[in-house]
Amino acid sequence: MDVSNTHLLDEAVVTTTVDAVVNWGREASLWPFVFGTACCAIEFMATAASRYDISRFGAEVLRFSPRHADLLIVAGTVSYKQAPILKQIYDQMPEPKWVVAVGACASTGGFYDNYTTLQGIDEIIPVDVYVAGCPPRPEAMLDAVLDIQRQLKREAKFEVRNKDFKGKLDDV
Amino acid sequence: MMSEITNIKASQLLNYMINLKENLGFTLLLDITAIDNLNKSHPSSTRFELVYILRHSAFEETKVIKVAVEEPEEGVESISSLFSSADWAEREVYDQYGIHFKNHKMLKRLLNHNEFEGHPLRKDYEITKGQYCTTSQSLMDEMHPLLKERNLNLQEDNLMVVNLGPSHPASHGTIRTLAALDGEKIVAASCEIGYLHRGFEKSCENHNYNQIIPYTDRLNYCSAIMNNIAFAKTVEDMMGLTLPERGIFIRIIVGELSRVIDHLVCLAAGLLDMGGQTNYWYLFNPRNNAYDFLSKLTGARLTNSYMRIGGMTHDLYEGWQSDLEDVLTKIDFGITESLKMILHNRIYNERIQDVSPVSAKEAIDYGFTGPNLRASGVAYDLRFAKPYYHYEDFDFKMVVGSVGDTYDRMMVRFDEMHESMKIIKQAIKNIPDGAISVEDKRITMPSKSCVYGGIEGMMNQFKLVIDGVKVPEGEYYGAYEAANGELGFYIVSDGSGTPYKVKVRPPSFYHMSAYPKIIENYQVADAIMTLGSLNIIAGEMDR
Repeated sequence: MDVSNTHLLDEAVVTTTVDAVVNWGREASLWPFVFGTACCAIEFMATAASRYDISRFGAEVLRFSPRHADLLIVAGTVSYKQAPILKQIYDQMPEPKWVVAVGACASTGGFYDNYTTLQGIDEIIPVDVYVAGCPPRPEAMLDAVLDIQRQLKREAKFEVRNKDFKGKLDDV
Repeated sequence: MMSEITNIKASQLLNYMINLKENLGFTLLLDITAIDNLNKSHPSSTRFELVYILRHSAFEETKVIKVAVEEPEEGVESISSLFSSADWAEREVYDQYGIHFKNHKMLKRLLNHNEFEGHPLRKDYEITKGQYCTTSQSLMDEMHPLLKERNLNLQEDNLMVVNLGPSHPASHGTIRTLAALDGEKIVAASCEIGYLHRGFEKSCENHNYNQIIPYTDRLNYCSAIMNNIAFAKTVEDMMGLTLPERGIFIRIIVGELSRVIDHLVCLAAGLLDMGGQTNYWYLFNPRNNAYDFLSKLTGARLTNSYMRIGGMTHDLYEGWQSDLEDVLTKIDFGITESLKMILHNRIYNERIQDVSPVSAKEAIDYGFTGPNLRASGVAYDLRFAKPYYHYEDFDFKMVVGSVGDTYDRMMVRFDEMHESMKIIKQAIKNIPDGAISVEDKRITMPSKSCVYGGIEGMMNQFKLVIDGVKVPEGEYYGAYEAANGELGFYIVSDGSGTPYKVKVRPPSFYHMSAYPKIIENYQVADAIMTLGSLNIIAGEMDR
């Protein structure tokens, strides 16, 4: 090959930033950990099944070990009893990580405004996307994945996100 | 209609129960609960009363027994030596009401976490008073006595303790099992539940009857409509209402469709647990078709809230028959294809046959109902034992297993889907025209044209929304054959629009209480299949 023909390289090489390349890679290979507890988990099963097919968006590699995952999908009611377990799972996930609160219960406690239910998981862990519904339709869950993809494109550099977050179960 | 209640003294309780079980044939203990009389306008002699609900071995008759509790700290005699199902039931009462049971082997909290203070179902506990939990319990306090009973020692016998769940795909999200293993064999196990305890019963005491319907949806979220029907039917029975024929037929159709959906989810997840992913698609796809039908009819896929006290929200839409028949064809196709793959499959058969069998006697002792009880060879189905909604006029069979192993529990469900579809087809053919809800202004909402068109209609709507449907004073236990078994509601009414107390008799709760015992002597991989075949729905179990 004649290396003196540098004008040929203009067509073959794209210059970009490292962030953009990394984020492009992350975007289509989100590995979700499904923290499914209740009704929303059943709808997540439908989202993963063939009709709605979450693999179209590159997020079908469901990991049931938090250490393999970078997307925490909290689908269902989280009670006070369940809260320390959710916190432990979140802490075990490596950075960078994103969290989706699926449905009314995970987002706000829903209509379970009572002695058992955590009034939204954002009391203990940071949340990136909230999905409305009780339970949300599978389309809404897919939209949440797309939303995460849009968000992570804007990540500026390799840094630990949500460093300043302080939840109710931190330091107790 | 109200339940007939037998009042007995606390000192007589144990002897009375022995007599009931041994001589009078009340072998199935359905439920135990308590009533806190603190806010009653005509209080009885003591603040707390215990309620025991039993069913006769011929399955028709139920008996409700009430015991006045003088001193909650002192409590009453435990009956867990007589009925295995009383074990967890008494623990729950202790947890929620703080009533002690003498001679109970392991009287500790069941639903609320170990750092919880107070007893939430007492009337003086504020509903919104949540308490943070910071740690999980080790469960070794339950494991050590179990090992001692079996003459085992962790170190000497070289046992390994393994924790399974609560966040584990095969533990269905919210169930925790601690197992002591000898090699791969489980020698002792104990379970922790309550991770999905959402305070259903406390919420009921703060909402009127129709507002409770959405809460019932989320008990067994795989067959929400059946919970709606069970609750509405219990309240209607209390009020002495009879639905118009068309309303009854709609309830049968959507109820049986929900039963099919519930079994589809159970089998799809169970087969997925053992690696049969293709079965999962075959069974899950027609379920989506069924949900399309339900969302067209009710507006929601999963949590439909279609029923109301005295009827339902609206009539079937035009052209529903062909939609439903199409759904049934697709479900039938999915089941047929799935069965083709497993029926003569050695892996399937050898993996689950003779795993965790439950004999008929044990099953009744544990408080099993529904498909799990029928798998053990007990012919009990409320639709036959005490037919409601004209089930006696339909041509369908009761599916009964033989040995009650994991295989039977799964195959009973496969066959039950066929029977349910038979019922739906007959109902489509014979459904009459006419009203769907009872015509009583004190119960059913007026039409929107009346509400916006006249003062009477508007007042009517206002009264129903603010005060709710008033249910006559009394106590009643109503039961319904739901997908998982006998789903009962014990309602105490003080005559107002809000129940004084509601207790669910959840089938899954009792199936789960037997689980640590029946997985003993089988391998961990078998235990996963057993859990799938019992079809534990956490929403219903923990409420």
